[in-house]
Amino acid sequence: MRTTLRPRRRPSRTETAFEAAVSAFLWAFRILLVLLVVVGSILTLSSGKFDLETWVDLIVNGAVQGGIYALIALGYTMVYGIMKMINFAHGEIFMIGMFAGYFTSVILDDAGILNASPLASVFSFLLMMLIAAIASTLVALAVERVAYRPLRNSPRLVLLISAIGASFFLQYTVAGLVGPGIFRYPDIDILEADVSLPLLSAVGIKWIEVVVIVSALVMMAVLYLFVMRSKIGTAIRAVSEDKQTAALMGIDVNRAIVTTFAVGAAMAGAAGVLYGQLWGQVNFYSGFIPGIKAFTAAVLGGSGNIPGAMVGGFVLGEAESIGSLLIIDGLGVPSPGQLKDVIAFTILVMVLMFRPQGILGERLSRSRA
Amino acid sequence: MTAGSTAGASLGVARGWGAWKQVIIVGLLFAGAALYLTLVGIVGTFEERDVIEDVVTVGQGVLLLTAIAAGYAGARKAPAGATNIIIAAAVTGLMAGAALSLLILVGPGVGLRDYLPNASPDLYNLISGADLLSVENTRDMWRGDAFPTTFWFPALIGMSLGTLGGLLSLLPRFVRNLIIALTMALIVMGLFASIVRSPMLQHDLTSGLARELFASNGLRGGGVITVVGLVLLAYLAWVLLKPAQRYRALPPETRQHPALVIPAGALLLLFVLLLPLGFTGFIPSVIALVALYALMGLGLNITLGLAGLLDLGFVAFFAVGAYTVALLTSVGDFGLGWPFFMAIPFAILAAMGFGLLLGLPILGIRGDYLAIATLGFGEIIAILARSDLLKPFIGGPAGITNIPKPLASIGIEVGPDSWLAGPNQIYYISLVSIAVIAFVAVRLRDSRLGRAWVAIREDEDVAEALGINLVQTKSLAYMLGAAFAGLGGAVFASLYGSIQPSSININVSILVVTIIIIGGMGRIPGVILGAIVIIGLPELFREFAEYRFLLYGVALIMVMRWRPEGLLPSQVGRQEMHHEEGLTMEGEGSGPPSAATTDATAAAGTNGGA
Repeated sequence: MRTTLRPRRRPSRTETAFEAAVSAFLWAFRILLVLLVVVGSILTLSSGKFDLETWVDLIVNGAVQGGIYALIALGYTMVYGIMKMINFAHGEIFMIGMFAGYFTSVILDDAGILNASPLASVFSFLLMMLIAAIASTLVALAVERVAYRPLRNSPRLVLLISAIGASFFLQYTVAGLVGPGIFRYPDIDILEADVSLPLLSAVGIKWIEVVVIVSALVMMAVLYLFVMRSKIGTAIRAVSEDKQTAALMGIDVNRAIVTTFAVGAAMAGAAGVLYGQLWGQVNFYSGFIPGIKAFTAAVLGGSGNIPGAMVGGFVLGEAESIGSLLIIDGLGVPSPGQLKDVIAFTILVMVLMFRPQGILGERLSRSRA
Repeated sequence: MTAGSTAGASLGVARGWGAWKQVIIVGLLFAGAALYLTLVGIVGTFEERDVIEDVVTVGQGVLLLTAIAAGYAGARKAPAGATNIIIAAAVTGLMAGAALSLLILVGPGVGLRDYLPNASPDLYNLISGADLLSVENTRDMWRGDAFPTTFWFPALIGMSLGTLGGLLSLLPRFVRNLIIALTMALIVMGLFASIVRSPMLQHDLTSGLARELFASNGLRGGGVITVVGLVLLAYLAWVLLKPAQRYRALPPETRQHPALVIPAGALLLLFVLLLPLGFTGFIPSVIALVALYALMGLGLNITLGLAGLLDLGFVAFFAVGAYTVALLTSVGDFGLGWPFFMAIPFAILAAMGFGLLLGLPILGIRGDYLAIATLGFGEIIAILARSDLLKPFIGGPAGITNIPKPLASIGIEVGPDSWLAGPNQIYYISLVSIAVIAFVAVRLRDSRLGRAWVAIREDEDVAEALGINLVQTKSLAYMLGAAFAGLGGAVFASLYGSIQPSSININVSILVVTIIIIGGMGRIPGVILGAIVIIGLPELFREFAEYRFLLYGVALIMVMRWRPEGLLPSQVGRQEMHHEEGLTMEGEGSGPPSAATTDATAAAGTNGGA
């Protein structure tokens, strides 16, 4: 039951030598990391190697990437909130959205619609996102039905392993169906063009970047309203809070859970199209790393916390984008871009270690240590 | 399963309709499964291998079995009555076949191959029976230029085989099991034919026999007769003499009597020791690899099986061990040229050190989060291994090469034909390590520390309240797991003679976890069986390799669903995994029981997909 209030460390017990050593080690670890960040930043900034334009560029990139992370993270966080499970296959749901968008785009391109006129392009892109959202939702519901629902009352580790199984099944199913190669998204000309508005043209932002940020924000706003205002959204929150009481109040727990999966998957699918169009390519493995990073974003914001996932996504995007140049380059590491992913995973471990409730606090943090 | 079997007279009609709806759902699931198997490429890939030479390939067999299974599953859902059962079976079989008919009708016309490359003319030829019926002008048909005249073929075959599956369900259990056993035996022997054949051909005594029984690819007529005969005999013996029941009926003193146990153990030991000597070619290295993964599985078994810590960053310590040995023993650019056996302790120590270093910060984290955090570690190590940052020390993407085999590193050169050739050295080193780990694991399990691990796995809060130091106990488990992972990496580097960052990826961790889960958590024979199934089969049958992770994914889900304790579980593990809160890290409330509906239709879907 979720009533025990358990402090992280018990001050009353005397610490053994081992525990003292551990806490000394952890402190040294923290200090070392802070030192690395500070020294790296100072060295980079004082070297003056990068001008303002580079930084603005990085910040924009971070926001774009962060928007996509946030969209995926919402699925993780909502499912975590309602089922207390890590949906390991969520990255693959995102990847399926990428592929659905890719195939839609190729078909539209073959039909000559994709770049026929600006209006046709906009319509095509919306259609891609819609089809991707539908495809992802269908797959997510199937996964939920086959791999998660029968295990709802099993130990968490059993659910996680089943989710890992689902993740690998989806990855290699896609690899088997379409082949293991890399597929190039057809270009959409109006999205590749630079923005020619007075303020933005100076920094050279592409339309696709604007589209990603705006659609991410719009989708998040819609989701937020859906969860806070709609009847089923209220049901989802109630079930997240307390499954048994919600069931006693006449809420259809099953329907709330299925809706959660569907909504999360739809967001991930749409995010897949944004991601695919942004980077221009897709592969059966494309969902795995973004999936883990989005999970990091969800943890960073506070698992089960919807605004937290949004904030976490943007923070992670910026940290990755700026961090590799600001911190790692300053330390004299060759090709700092290679270590971009290290930042995300380090943040994940750091947050889990030092602030497991995340930036905005885990909404249900009472129940766990 | 619910409807139909208990149909009362008054409710017969209503229940009948419900049952027919279920039958249709089963049919749809199997139609999906048939399409999935063809389009994902399994059927096409396994076309290369025969079960029976020139009669049936594994690829065809998969489709035929799908149709039979569809009929059988349909029959199980049908309303009572033989007629109903046969009709239901025919309908589900027809639906599975009709899905392929639809593929033949629609696929070529819409250019499906542009999107799904497996929808190739070869596949269409196979499923439409064009080869069998010697249809002309198939090329036009599969370009979409001509009407595919044999589109009815899979539907007809599906319906016939579905009916057969339905009949199968009407047979008494005794006969049905015999037919299933025969089919399985034929498939297994067909698969193993080429592997059994090559050593037999080398001796004059057996070479003639080998030619009679086995083709280079599949069974010959003689082989089929032999397999059928042997299975019949074995089955009759099994049913009539009931050896398993008799054995179980024996009192424990007799079963564990030294006169019985010692010869059996000695035979087993002899078999294990001589195993790689019976083979030539690539098979000894497969055996060595199986032993290596069994060793790593046993290592992770301490972390996951005993202490309940799901470590997805296993590959990080594997990498540390591999690179340590590479650096110390390589006679190439980065190495010191040490003897292998001197480098091993350092590899283990380095991995343990890393285990402690990485473990301490995260061991306060709850179970499922720990899994993801360790996954992050694995990725960090992989990124570092191929980064330019460490390139001057460990070679970047090219890795470290020229790692000598263990004996070569101490100056003993053995020829490739010697019984101590490269892979066999690795095999025996792995065997010794397995023995050591198994001993350590058994001793630890029954020790104070082992009981503390089990307590933590069961309930952290209670364990802590009982005075168990969580961080200390957990970090010991984590370090031991890391040590064995490091040993595994060290042996791996020596087996392949080089180590590259491309070998350091999440799939290694997943493989080892899968071995433990499939084999049975916490038990040594289970882990070894898991290693044979998970590593051995795909290495022996290259066709599996492409789909191994797909099949493992299915296997993980199925095992978690129906047998979470694994194939060869321990008694305790069985009780734990079926207990609702067995492995949770804290007392999280479980949902209302109504949510725990298991559903047979979804089950049928997973079966079909596998």
